[in-house]
Amino acid sequence: MPYQEIKLYQTGTFVAGNRLLEPEQRSVQARTGRSNSITSGHRACRGCGEALGARYVLDAAMRATGGKVVAVNSTGCLEVFSTPYPESSWQLPWLHSLFGNGPAVAAGVAAALRARGRDDIRVVGQAGDGGTVDIGFGTLSGMFERNDDVLFVCYDNEGYMNTGVQRSGATPPAAITANTKALGQTPGNAFGQGKSVPLIAMAHEIPYVATATVAELRDLEYKVEKAMTFRGARYLHVFVPCPLGWGADSADTVRLARLSKETGLFPVFEAEAGEVTEVSRIRRQVPVEEYLRPQRRYAHLFGDHPRPDIVARLQARADRNIARFGLLPEGDE
Amino acid sequence: MRSQVEGSQAVARAVTLCRPQVIAAYPISPQTHIVESLSDRVRTGELAGCEYLMVESEFGAMSACIGASGAGARAYTATSSQGLLFMAEALFNASGLGLPVVMTVANRAIGAPINIWNDHSDAMAMRDSGWIQLYAESNQEAVDLHVQAFRLAESLSVPVMVCMDGFVLTHAFEEVDLPTQEQVDAFLPPLVPRQLLDPDEPVTIGAMVGPEAFAEVKYLMHVKQMAALDEIPVIAREFEAAFGRSSGGLLRPYRLEDAETVVVALGSVLGTIQDVVDAMRDDGVSVGALGIGCFRPWPVGEVREALQNANRVVVVEKAFAVGAGGIVGQNVRDATRRQPVEVYDVVAGLGGRPITRASLRALLDDVLGGRVDPGRLHFMDLDLELVQRELERSRHGERPGPHAENMLRDLGTVASGAYE
Ligand SMILES: Cc1ncc(C[n+]2csc(CCOP(=O)(O)OP(=O)(O)O)c2C)c(N)n1
Ligand code: SF4
Ligand SMILES: [Mg+2]
Repeated sequence: MPYQEIKLYQTGTFVAGNRLLEPEQRSVQARTGRSNSITSGHRACRGCGEALGARYVLDAAMRATGGKVVAVNSTGCLEVFSTPYPESSWQLPWLHSLFGNGPAVAAGVAAALRARGRDDIRVVGQAGDGGTVDIGFGTLSGMFERNDDVLFVCYDNEGYMNTGVQRSGATPPAAITANTKALGQTPGNAFGQGKSVPLIAMAHEIPYVATATVAELRDLEYKVEKAMTFRGARYLHVFVPCPLGWGADSADTVRLARLSKETGLFPVFEAEAGEVTEVSRIRRQVPVEEYLRPQRRYAHLFGDHPRPDIVARLQARADRNIARFGLLPEGDE
Repeated sequence: MRSQVEGSQAVARAVTLCRPQVIAAYPISPQTHIVESLSDRVRTGELAGCEYLMVESEFGAMSACIGASGAGARAYTATSSQGLLFMAEALFNASGLGLPVVMTVANRAIGAPINIWNDHSDAMAMRDSGWIQLYAESNQEAVDLHVQAFRLAESLSVPVMVCMDGFVLTHAFEEVDLPTQEQVDAFLPPLVPRQLLDPDEPVTIGAMVGPEAFAEVKYLMHVKQMAALDEIPVIAREFEAAFGRSSGGLLRPYRLEDAETVVVALGSVLGTIQDVVDAMRDDGVSVGALGIGCFRPWPVGEVREALQNANRVVVVEKAFAVGAGGIVGQNVRDATRRQPVEVYDVVAGLGGRPITRASLRALLDDVLGGRVDPGRLHFMDLDLELVQRELERSRHGERPGPHAENMLRDLGTVASGAYE
């Protein structure tokens, strides 16, 4: 074989390649011993951020617990694309009950394991944003308040994707969904107060709350592993782009996830017992427009009748996050 | 051991003896005394090895039981009325997944108008949820049915509801023979789950199922309920052998032999009905009573056989299908459809209205005297005039206002006495 020069690609991801790291620091996914909790062959769309996030979360949880995880899943894309009978993708014990009860079911599993003297087995509950911030919110808050030993993970793709992309309580203002179209005076989803479940989780003063995106997968793994060092209720909110629902290119999932953080629209942080302990700073701040433009759900802001006023309001939201969480790079404050 | 005890305390003790490992419950009258007592028993260690979850809703309670059962624990909850309906989605889920959860339903009316008193609207609304439904006639039977319910649920891996009349039973003090721990342990072995969330042998529970197998999975639920028709009498016989008293079973016939007229009912009202039967027998009238101990699965063959000699069946029920008619009545009609028998649907005791001996006697006299039309739904002790006045108001005036308030005003009632 003729000599081939090895090229080192600059990916622009700020993420060091695995092979430059010490073996101990390498991603769970890079290890031959990874559990493949959600194995290949499922039916998620190409570039599905939720499938990517769930894969990293569960394999990291499995690694952190020596393979002793029970997963509970609410109804939604993740449940549907992974299970059509009898082709389950799950290689760990997995229970799906309903759309709005994931946190309560997970609490029940944890209680049973405790009663059976098996609290070496840990429970991970998971749901989409709809199952978490809307219909499952009561059971989630109850689970937090009781401090049940559950890590609950929300895969936030900012809408009810499984039922055909309707608005959820996590859908951002101005975004087009199947029931917030670009019709009337205020195109897309209305501007509201927003509903930050990470902050609401913190208000319950549970041991650990964190946010993450599928752009920084090592950070996601780190947060899962850290969450597993605590007992009690823990909450992880993962930003997962949905190419189908957002009208985005499948190849842009990781890029959009990164831009959500780099614009300030999605603050990435950790909190313990109600206090922010760590903030993931923006490396290179970008205007929200760069994040909005590649997504068809925002196309009405840039077409023949551009709406710079709405873009400015979205920028103001990002700026508020930046100020509130101190997201600017060190020295830029 | 015989003791004079409140129904709720007796049930809480019986549940304790069954050693549930997870209890998740949310308070609602008239179930509250049961779950309060269980909380005490877990705290004092009388009920050891049990996790008690104070959930945020009944939906959460049933959901936690689903999770607990899937993770191999014996799971229990109790509720009433609005709480049972708040669980509805999770009830169907527990049965669809085949999880052996046991639940007490302290039967209470469903609002609106809000009402805390006893009837069977709650359990009847959930009759098609895939849960086995057992109805207790007395507090003794409520105790015994709980012990049997766990056996039944776990032997078939189906959820079981033990229905007992709210207040009438839950809050009544009567003598109850409470079994010993040794007796219950001998009768009820530890749970061996049919499906288990176990990292050593991972399974997927609750997968999506399409048209290719959905009907079969549902049919399997039906098969299991049909199997319960065989299992329930076996368990009742074993219970009698072990505990020395007859309790449970599918049906409770009372003076049925040669009875031309049979009253069919569920729950605590059977005691009153038996008194009326005795009195009428003394007067030479050939009547009997048939108590339905198990309403789901519906013991169609057993009911047919029990009623084969009757020519009049009066179904007295504490619920009805609005816009259609009787619920138990429909099922009785189905059981007797090839028999030359007239079935009367009678609604009684809604929202806690007492079902008195006098009213029952008058009803039966009217039936025997041909004054009740079997083709129509009959309401016992209905104040028809009150209804007529409200209908009249609705015909006139643009905004007659809320029905319930109008009717209470007509009655001169200041407060209905409801509290939450
Ligand atoms: C009680 C109930 N209401 C509505 C639905 C329909 N439904 C199923 S999944 C879903 C949306 C899921 O959205 P989300 O939780 O964000 O998950 P995603 O599919 O976006 O990952 C809806 C509305 C349901 N299954 N159950
Ligand atoms: S619709 Fe979105 S969330 Fe659902 S599978 Fe496709 S990409 Fe994933
Ligand atoms: Mg979603």
